[in-house]
Amino acid sequence: MRNAFADEITKLAAADKRVVLLSGDIGNNLFNKFKDIAPDRFYNCGVAEANMMSVAAGMALCGLRPIIYTITPFTTTRCFEQIRVGVCYHQAPVIIVGTGSGLSYAELGPTHHSCEDMAILRVLPHMTVIAPGDVPELRTGLRAALKHNGPVYMRIGKKGEPNMHASEPDFKIGKSFTIRPGTDVCLISTGVMLPVAVEAAKMLEQQGISARVESFPTVKPLDTDALKEIFQKNQVVASIEEHSRLGGLGGSIAEWLAAQDAPRARLVQFGTDDTFMHEIGVTNYARAKFGLTAENISRTVAARVTARRAA
Amino acid sequence: MSIEELRRLASEIRARIIENSHKTSTPHLGSCLSCTDILVAAYFHALRIDPTKPRDPDRDRFILSKGHGAAALFQVRAIKGFYPEKMLENYGEDGGIFAEHPPTPSHLAGIEAATGSLGHGMPMGLGMAMAARIQRQSYNVIALMSDGECNEGSIWEAAMLAASQKVERLVAIVDFNKWQATGRSEEVLALNPLADKWRAFGWDAHEVDGHDMKALVELLSRVPNGSGKPIAIVAHTVKGKGVSFMEDDNNWHYRIPTADEVVRAKQELGVAA
Repeated sequence: MRNAFADEITKLAAADKRVVLLSGDIGNNLFNKFKDIAPDRFYNCGVAEANMMSVAAGMALCGLRPIIYTITPFTTTRCFEQIRVGVCYHQAPVIIVGTGSGLSYAELGPTHHSCEDMAILRVLPHMTVIAPGDVPELRTGLRAALKHNGPVYMRIGKKGEPNMHASEPDFKIGKSFTIRPGTDVCLISTGVMLPVAVEAAKMLEQQGISARVESFPTVKPLDTDALKEIFQKNQVVASIEEHSRLGGLGGSIAEWLAAQDAPRARLVQFGTDDTFMHEIGVTNYARAKFGLTAENISRTVAARVTARRAA
Repeated sequence: MSIEELRRLASEIRARIIENSHKTSTPHLGSCLSCTDILVAAYFHALRIDPTKPRDPDRDRFILSKGHGAAALFQVRAIKGFYPEKMLENYGEDGGIFAEHPPTPSHLAGIEAATGSLGHGMPMGLGMAMAARIQRQSYNVIALMSDGECNEGSIWEAAMLAASQKVERLVAIVDFNKWQATGRSEEVLALNPLADKWRAFGWDAHEVDGHDMKALVELLSRVPNGSGKPIAIVAHTVKGKGVSFMEDDNNWHYRIPTADEVVRAKQELGVAA
């Protein structure tokens, strides 16, 4: 994803002179092409994210379209007040990109994990929260973010994520995509969990449970039209995210669901536990620890379906 | 305006700030009076701004990074003509605009940044000054900070980036009144030697008497000043300046003057009651 980000942002900068890229001392070679085409619009702001965020807000208030790029915790939790005051309070059109989000950097330890970023950013007024599920969603999502006249937070993965869309989707902020049809259950995925959700759906299919997969690249605003339809048509709905079950996609859906009249489906949330992961391990190890595997998701959802059918 | 006219205007503005504090129970009087001369020198001499065109892309930008000086800024901007002085009659009323901190640019013409939380305004000003360079424009950005604000790490992050990028159209002024909310700033977090700190961070730093209108005007007239560096002005000021019973008394960070104190203050300022 990060290579696709660098490529897409370079194209956007070539076409739009307002685009400025601010990096927090990472991705040096990643942005060589950007620096070639727009040397006066790339700034390494150093390991000083609070200032970088305010600088971006100031640039945005002067008509530029700054995009901030660094590792997720440092562009979110590190400088939360700068996002709140400089960016959101001023409704400044800054695109904040968190790379290696969720458990992408599992082996680097909890300082580099980000399982609370969507929760804290989505409560800020004017903020849009996007977590693309694959490269086509990232490219089209980035273009949509640049057209959006307000703050956008985009959490992306690291590298090597498979494409789930055969072609570029028609990305609209606040709209979901049906990746795979199904009639019994719906697996709602945001961000890089999308291939896992598809895999889990295939496993459910083998057990005679028809499973739809819906990609929710926008976590705020939620596609509530899609949710209404999904909760009416299915028996079980699962939210899947590489993020805490508190306050992210699952938390957002639960908030929405609490105000609905007797939805047909029950919600099952998959996400990280309310804890720091102290053990060493790669991303797949960390996902397994929190039950974020196709096996666990399909097993748990199948058990819920069986329980409902028996009831 | 002549230096003498600027001085008289500063006294008039001080009187209005004090009256407004009494009428609306707006605190931070000491902080407003310490930066009044700086605001007057900036708005009535240095800044190239047209109050009838508050969104002119090439205007100079002024950011009150010490947002708690808003009661002074609101008076200055009204007299400058950004909005009718009559609007200030609603100061502090529920549902209004004028309170203790500057609102966003969308909510009050000509405000460049909503401040109040310290350590945000100057870095945003740096972004604006960098934007000028990117967009091939030649406006200057002045950010006015308090000494307490220099406690914030983000100020020094911005100081380093401004130096590495040689942002020579950025001026950071410190209203160095030697107090912060609860004590002597030097005792809370050792700031001194403050001008040397800015120098060490790569800035062209100047020390000035922050109530010497002539000196302020001269310094603010030369931006950029040929040094190739961002400009820091450490303005030595007196909290509560202009009123003997308020000067250097930190109680006036939060105290509200009585009607009698307003009369005495205006007499000292030479402003008609």
